[in-house]
Amino acid sequence: MTLTSYLWLVPLFPLAGAAINGFFGRRLPKQAISAIALLFCGLAFGMALLLAAGFSSASAPYSCDLAHWIRSGTFQVDFSFYLDQLSLVMLLVVTGVGFLIHIYSIGYMWDDESYYRFMAYLNLFMFFMLTLVLAKNYLVMFIGWEGVGLASYLLIGFWFTKDSAASAGKKAFIVNRIGDFGFLIALFLIIQHFGSLDFTTVFNAVTPLAKETSGAGFLTAIGLLLMVGAAGKSAQIPLYVWLPDAMEGPTPVSALIHAATMVTAGVYMVARSHVIFERAPEALTVVAVIGTLTAFFAATIGIAQTDIKKVLAYSTVSQLGYMFMACGVGAFSAGIFHLMTHAFFKGLLFLAAGSVIHGVGGEQDMRKMGGLRVYMPWTCATMGIATLAIAGIPPLAGFWSKDEILWQAFNVSWVYWIIGVITAFITSFYMFRLMYMTFGGDVYRGATSPSGHGIDDHGHSTGHGDGHGHDPHESPWVMLGPLVILAVLSIVGGLVGIGNHFEHFLAPVFQGPAVEAATEGASEAGKSGLEYLLMAVSVSVAGLGWFLAYLLYSRSPQLPARIATSLGGLYRAVVHKYYIDEIYAALFVKPLIEGSTAILWHGVDQGVIDASVNESAHAARELSDNVRHMQSGNLRSYAGWVAAGGAVVIAYMVWMGVTH
Amino acid sequence: MAAVPLSYYLVLSGILFFCGVLGFLIKRNIITIFMSIELMLNGVNLSFVAFAAQWHSLNGQVFVFFVMVVAAAEAAVGLAIIIAVYRTRETLNVDQVNLLKL
Repeated sequence: MTLTSYLWLVPLFPLAGAAINGFFGRRLPKQAISAIALLFCGLAFGMALLLAAGFSSASAPYSCDLAHWIRSGTFQVDFSFYLDQLSLVMLLVVTGVGFLIHIYSIGYMWDDESYYRFMAYLNLFMFFMLTLVLAKNYLVMFIGWEGVGLASYLLIGFWFTKDSAASAGKKAFIVNRIGDFGFLIALFLIIQHFGSLDFTTVFNAVTPLAKETSGAGFLTAIGLLLMVGAAGKSAQIPLYVWLPDAMEGPTPVSALIHAATMVTAGVYMVARSHVIFERAPEALTVVAVIGTLTAFFAATIGIAQTDIKKVLAYSTVSQLGYMFMACGVGAFSAGIFHLMTHAFFKGLLFLAAGSVIHGVGGEQDMRKMGGLRVYMPWTCATMGIATLAIAGIPPLAGFWSKDEILWQAFNVSWVYWIIGVITAFITSFYMFRLMYMTFGGDVYRGATSPSGHGIDDHGHSTGHGDGHGHDPHESPWVMLGPLVILAVLSIVGGLVGIGNHFEHFLAPVFQGPAVEAATEGASEAGKSGLEYLLMAVSVSVAGLGWFLAYLLYSRSPQLPARIATSLGGLYRAVVHKYYIDEIYAALFVKPLIEGSTAILWHGVDQGVIDASVNESAHAARELSDNVRHMQSGNLRSYAGWVAAGGAVVIAYMVWMGVTH
Repeated sequence: MAAVPLSYYLVLSGILFFCGVLGFLIKRNIITIFMSIELMLNGVNLSFVAFAAQWHSLNGQVFVFFVMVVAAAEAAVGLAIIIAVYRTRETLNVDQVNLLKL
């Protein structure tokens, strides 16, 4: 096991790349920047592949202690990394998808003047994400957790001269901070009860504890607070509002951070803490309910969005909801399975959307697209595969993982299953709607648009005359290559789930109630008929969504507008995302701003702090104004003051002499 | 011969000192002011030697020597300053030597 002892190199490679590009990138040619970024990211990926080759479901977890960090009494935290089956899956997903998106970014961002900055940020993100995934204790995980938040902030606000991008970055950061607050308190509780943050130590201490079935105890509290953190990072109700806004960032960022990897960190964290959650059924129920509601809620918003990236953003929120639903019903491996397949097809969807945006010159509004399958066949084909995958059409990746989740959810409660199936229907509908609006039809509706400077304006505003004409064009191969690879993964990625291979691989991590429940359900032959029935239902529901989208957006495109008008208020509410942003603004942001303005700014800052400083300065001025007149420059008046002072001293001494 | 009581010396010393103070405050000519300072110093010197004689201690007389030395130095420096002031300002009126005033 000599290779595993170099585990710490995996996160350090991208850090080196980020440092080189960040410090010297300004002076390097773009080819060198690309080479450096790809090399270090590729090294991490290669290392991950080598590690995976020597790792099986039977392998023991490997840990690697780098250095001591905090030593205080019996409490200690080290810089240490940890590799087990769960982190290996995450490691492969992050480095693999990350590497592909690095390649794609070269094509997508080539014309941007801050190319080196983008590549440095991407590598920095990889470093923090790998730290998060490979952490051996909660504190190192927290470094990665905060670090990916930082990288996300930097990349959302990458075009920071644009006001909306800058404020979207801030929004993401602040909303995440709310979640991090819960995460931190959970860590404090863990320290208080177990005196350690090390995964192994904490989980070994938790294992003998009884389930908190009768009443909620500290495990439930820890679980709920961890879920608050996960809800922030993974965009779940009520903290999902930052993710749709995060689409202000460049599209590769949306694909890498806000679809494939960072937003799944919450799922990973919940799965990693499964020992705690399994002993806190109420917290687990909360996870399942939040996940189910988010899946449904976000999917309905996705129906009415017209911005191609916004549809995908709400779709991501919805799919993350599925993952939490899986974790909430105790099917952690199903959740991780969906995490993996989702990384493939959602990454692909975003990259394809980026390719479309690139091809039509920065336009993101689907109403101004249409007929693009003629202009960009490769993009259309790969995106079609991803759409089939996310809709859950067999035998593509999404089918296997989504069906696994729905089956596990059905075993716990049919309510989850019903909502999950309805969500699957909506998902299928809005995804095919996106396909038909973008690629379907015979007319390209954007041709008459005078301006190509859309929202995702990446240097095309300057390069419009040379080669980027008004006709849509297919993207270069450096962008299409990753699309094709991800499309292949979206097709075959689900096959590892056949015969519960994936689950068995993760079994050493999730052994315990989760696996027992799963094997109970799967092994009984009588129930497998039911499983096939449910499978048929979800597939037919997906087909129904497809058919409906075909009907509305391909057969009779005038119909949606008529339906929208007949629905009236409901349609407007969906278009405006149920006014959630407005409600949050009225409930939290406005009172906070006004309260801070009235009390903290005008009251405390101006009234107390500024006033006391100003008043003391004013008083000193008044006082010294009187004393100033003593400084007349008149020698004899000085002498008079000296004499008067002397007289006072003498009088005092005489007086004291008398009284004594 | 009956010794002159200490209080006489002190009263005289006080009168001299007070004359000096008064002259310093009232007069405008810088040389008169300078002389008033000397007067004050001598008033103090007188009380020193009177005390020294009374208590048969040499400390007071030693002090007086020091005061005289300092006064001599002061006179040298002070008169030099006065000459310099007169050369530049062409006046010895202290009320008009007020360039440092705000």
